Amino acid sequence: MAKLDAVPSLMTPATKIGSSIAVATGLYAISYGALGVAAGLNLWQVMALSLLMFTGGSQFAFIGVIAGGGSPGAAFGAATLLGVRNAVYGMQIKAMLRPNGLKKLLAAQVTIDESTATAAGQSDPAEQKRGFWVAGIGVYVLWNIFTVAGALLGDALGDPKAWGLDGAAVAAFLGLLWPRLKSAEPVAIATVCALATVLAIPLVPPGVPILVAALVAGVWGYFGRGPATEGLEPDVEPHPTRRDAE
Amino acid sequence: MSEMWWWILAGCAAAYGIKLLGYLVPEKILENEKMTRAAGTLTIGLLASLTIVNTVASGTAVAFDARVAALVVAGVALLLRAPFLVVVIVGAGAAALARYLGWG
Repeated sequence: MAKLDAVPSLMTPATKIGSSIAVATGLYAISYGALGVAAGLNLWQVMALSLLMFTGGSQFAFIGVIAGGGSPGAAFGAATLLGVRNAVYGMQIKAMLRPNGLKKLLAAQVTIDESTATAAGQSDPAEQKRGFWVAGIGVYVLWNIFTVAGALLGDALGDPKAWGLDGAAVAAFLGLLWPRLKSAEPVAIATVCALATVLAIPLVPPGVPILVAALVAGVWGYFGRGPATEGLEPDVEPHPTRRDAE
Repeated sequence: MSEMWWWILAGCAAAYGIKLLGYLVPEKILENEKMTRAAGTLTIGLLASLTIVNTVASGTAVAFDARVAALVVAGVALLLRAPFLVVVIVGAGAAALARYLGWG
């Protein structure tokens, strides 16, 4: 009987959700890898961002600024600001898992939208822990594998424009934004920031319009009134039925 | 090392530092609702800005070309609840097709 008990415990609800999130999220590193080399980064640079930066939105931001002719410094600025929400996630995971020592250092690296959302969707502390680690490590491993696959694919494609890879970047950013547009306020923020960006494009160097929009959005959030969790949604929703029922 | 490499490594160090910050600082400091909210609105604003920059920016000029087709088609795919990778692929296809048909 002990054996029979051990089998279902391998796949709990949290580990199931965590692994499906890992596959879905990991797969879209293909588009990141392909866009990274199309932006002009070499294979090692594209891989370094996935291994070390490991926060998809920021990685897309970095290569997006470079692809648009922005300076590496502006790419750094956009990527870093887009990673700020991970500090909030770190705080939430710390409260849920209470990791110590080396575990804390490892947990920090895999603290992203998806691992946090997987853990936060569970109520049992043991399930939160399983969900966080399965999603976090699962996404990390698959994200890095598919980054290499995407970068090699991008290299093989040749002329990025003929394949519409610049259009792929547009679609990728819209796809990252989309799950966060759940009510009127985020739509308003997105619209105002998009307008601020268009107005800034002719006035400042490439890459900087993104930082102008960041300033607008930060001021809006800090001084405006509204729910505290606006914009803190995963790119791939781990609990779709729950949210759809809301 | 090239300038690009330095900025990549600085970006990686900053990203990790920010993640770790959440684990290290006392909860009271970061558990400020205004900071949490600003982190969220910042994310929305940046992604909206990145979407539009990649759609219309051409250096320091605004240009409407094949990328607009990608934006529209990706939006339709998202409305139809297509998964992320499908959205990216149809976006690429729309831009490639528009360009093949002679639009930018």
